[in-house]
Amino acid sequence: MEEKPRVVVASRTRRPEAAAKNFAFTAGDIPSGPLADYRRRAWETYARLSMPAVTEEAWRRTDLRGLPADTFRLPAAEAFRDLAPVPAGLLKPITASQHGGQVVLSPGGNSADSLTLDESLIRQGVVFADLQTAEREHPDLVTKLAGGVVRAEEGKFAALTAALAQNGVLLYVPKGVTVEQPLLSILWGPGANIAHLSHLLVWVDDGASVTYVHEAASPEEGGASMHAGLVEIKVGDGASLKFVELQSWGRGVWNFSHERVSVGRGGSLDWIFGAVGSRLTKNFSELELAGEGAAGRMSGFYFADGSQHLDHDTQQNHLAPHTTSDLLFKGALKGHSRSVWQGMIYVAPAAQKTDGYQANRNLVLSPDARADSIPGLEILADDVRCTHGATVGKLDAEPLFYLKSRGVPAPDAERLMVEGFFDPIMQRIPFEGVRARFQQAIHNKMEAA
Amino acid sequence: MSELIVKNLHVSIEGKEILKGLDLTVKQGEVHAIMGPNGTGKSTLAYTLMGHPSYTVTEGEVWFKGRNVLELEADERSRLGMFLAFQYPVAIPGVTVANFLRTAINARRRVENPEDKGVPIPEFRRMLKEKMELLKMDSTFAGRYLNDGFSGGEKKRAEILQMATLKPEIAILDETDSGLDIDALRIVSDGVNALSGPELGVLVITHYQRLLNYIKPQFVHIMLGGRIVESGGPDLALHLEEQGYDWVREKYENGESTIQRVSE
Repeated sequence: MEEKPRVVVASRTRRPEAAAKNFAFTAGDIPSGPLADYRRRAWETYARLSMPAVTEEAWRRTDLRGLPADTFRLPAAEAFRDLAPVPAGLLKPITASQHGGQVVLSPGGNSADSLTLDESLIRQGVVFADLQTAEREHPDLVTKLAGGVVRAEEGKFAALTAALAQNGVLLYVPKGVTVEQPLLSILWGPGANIAHLSHLLVWVDDGASVTYVHEAASPEEGGASMHAGLVEIKVGDGASLKFVELQSWGRGVWNFSHERVSVGRGGSLDWIFGAVGSRLTKNFSELELAGEGAAGRMSGFYFADGSQHLDHDTQQNHLAPHTTSDLLFKGALKGHSRSVWQGMIYVAPAAQKTDGYQANRNLVLSPDARADSIPGLEILADDVRCTHGATVGKLDAEPLFYLKSRGVPAPDAERLMVEGFFDPIMQRIPFEGVRARFQQAIHNKMEAA
Repeated sequence: MSELIVKNLHVSIEGKEILKGLDLTVKQGEVHAIMGPNGTGKSTLAYTLMGHPSYTVTEGEVWFKGRNVLELEADERSRLGMFLAFQYPVAIPGVTVANFLRTAINARRRVENPEDKGVPIPEFRRMLKEKMELLKMDSTFAGRYLNDGFSGGEKKRAEILQMATLKPEIAILDETDSGLDIDALRIVSDGVNALSGPELGVLVITHYQRLLNYIKPQFVHIMLGGRIVESGGPDLALHLEEQGYDWVREKYENGESTIQRVSE
């Protein structure tokens, strides 16, 4: 593997073009219910913030001027009844032989059979439901959690989602409860010109543990739509969360999300991302190590092709002493695709004895594809260990010849090398089914023209 | 009968001619050795026969099993029955020895039958275990990344393991002895000898005679300045061992074959 660090120069000539269009949503779109106050405040923030522009640092490499914002509508009630149903394959368990519970989110509400949760989990006080059900049945919990980890002020899309999201999930695992079988939620977004807004609220209380898989998906060749998501997760003291997040949006989807996991004292998080879909993605993922001894691992897999644009912004915030973070994002690019990874490790003055690691590796398989990789460190404590690495490489000719000399045709040899490139990510994923999904994604992307 | 025929081969790399009219025929069941000093084009010959894209054939022909080899890609040559044991095997990070070998075997099966579902895993495991025992390799070897962090000896053994697995009809061993201690050399040679037989032609490329104590050639060729200048039996190698290459240089680089070096 040829690996050379790439420095991305900050300046770029700006074309004096019109700003991105505005959304057509109104305050009348705000849902009623226990979150109404929270939503109204978020709406004010949304109205005040302008559309992100490439003049802002976080958006410099992701241009929204092509976003047809004014064409997106919130789904009408029960819109899903006239749209493509969830493919059965998405509901197959991938982290165990079966699920302890399942939530399927569809545009305009959910069908009656979209919620399941084991009796034994219900008895132990576990809550796992779609947002509308949760607002009805657990208003106090929902009100307590919404806006607690990600604030509406953090961005236009965060505010939009906070104000208008009808879809979402509430997961609550009470103190000391171990959920053995993983929980799955699917956000299914078929249709065209629809704004899918989703808000996930997760609280793994002190000493509890759970594996949670969330996948967002839509038909591969669907029309132009958008998704904006908020993911707010609290991992309590001594609690443990394995969070698998899969992004399989169709080629027409503009995808935005603000996600943060806050980990308490002695808590641990294993966060796995897989991104293969969407037309454009801008994703802010943040690990916040809030309590002493908290540990978090972030493992990212992405593969872009065609004209896809995937922009992942990651942040590892060490706010307390003896905290550990370990991030590895690996991506491959084909066609005219583009990826951006911008990472930051922040160590607060009090966060002594911190160990932070971040690495991003990219494999560019086409001369027209491009990967930007921008690591960053901001360290305000003096007794810490922080390392980072960022590389952009391509397939070398010598290994390719070596494999061919053993009778392996060039396409298979390239696929083998790409699989080899991703192997360090696979090694970090404790779920056979998730690894198989990523292998399948590599296979599909390599086969595609 | 599979026969490798090289006729008047001229090869350049980056515009510089390295092979200048090389002729050679290796038949199935025969063991040939090509010896020669450094920089004479031995590795160029090996890479060219296997189809490395950096080497340009400017003149001449290469035939194997009646096929014009120069028209074939490296993978097609391999599937036709040719094999090159590299002097410097290339590391493939993230790809285990077992995964790689299974991919290689399946690629060959699919060419014969596009509907082939691949070698069954138990059958593959059995075969691999057997070949690894032959080469006295530890079973953990199959799970390691191919050539990644291998010692010199491990790399060469891995080459012979691939040869044993892929069952070529002609094997070209490029400086297989380099970087091997005497024990590793013996293991590798035993491996090659175990695979030799009426089905396999072997072309050993080596600077030193040492390897030929273990892999006994019937034919020995001396290469100099991009051509084969002397051919003979095993005694030619012994002669080189005693005399070095100076007499060859004097004979072929200083005009015609008039100077005959007298042994001390």
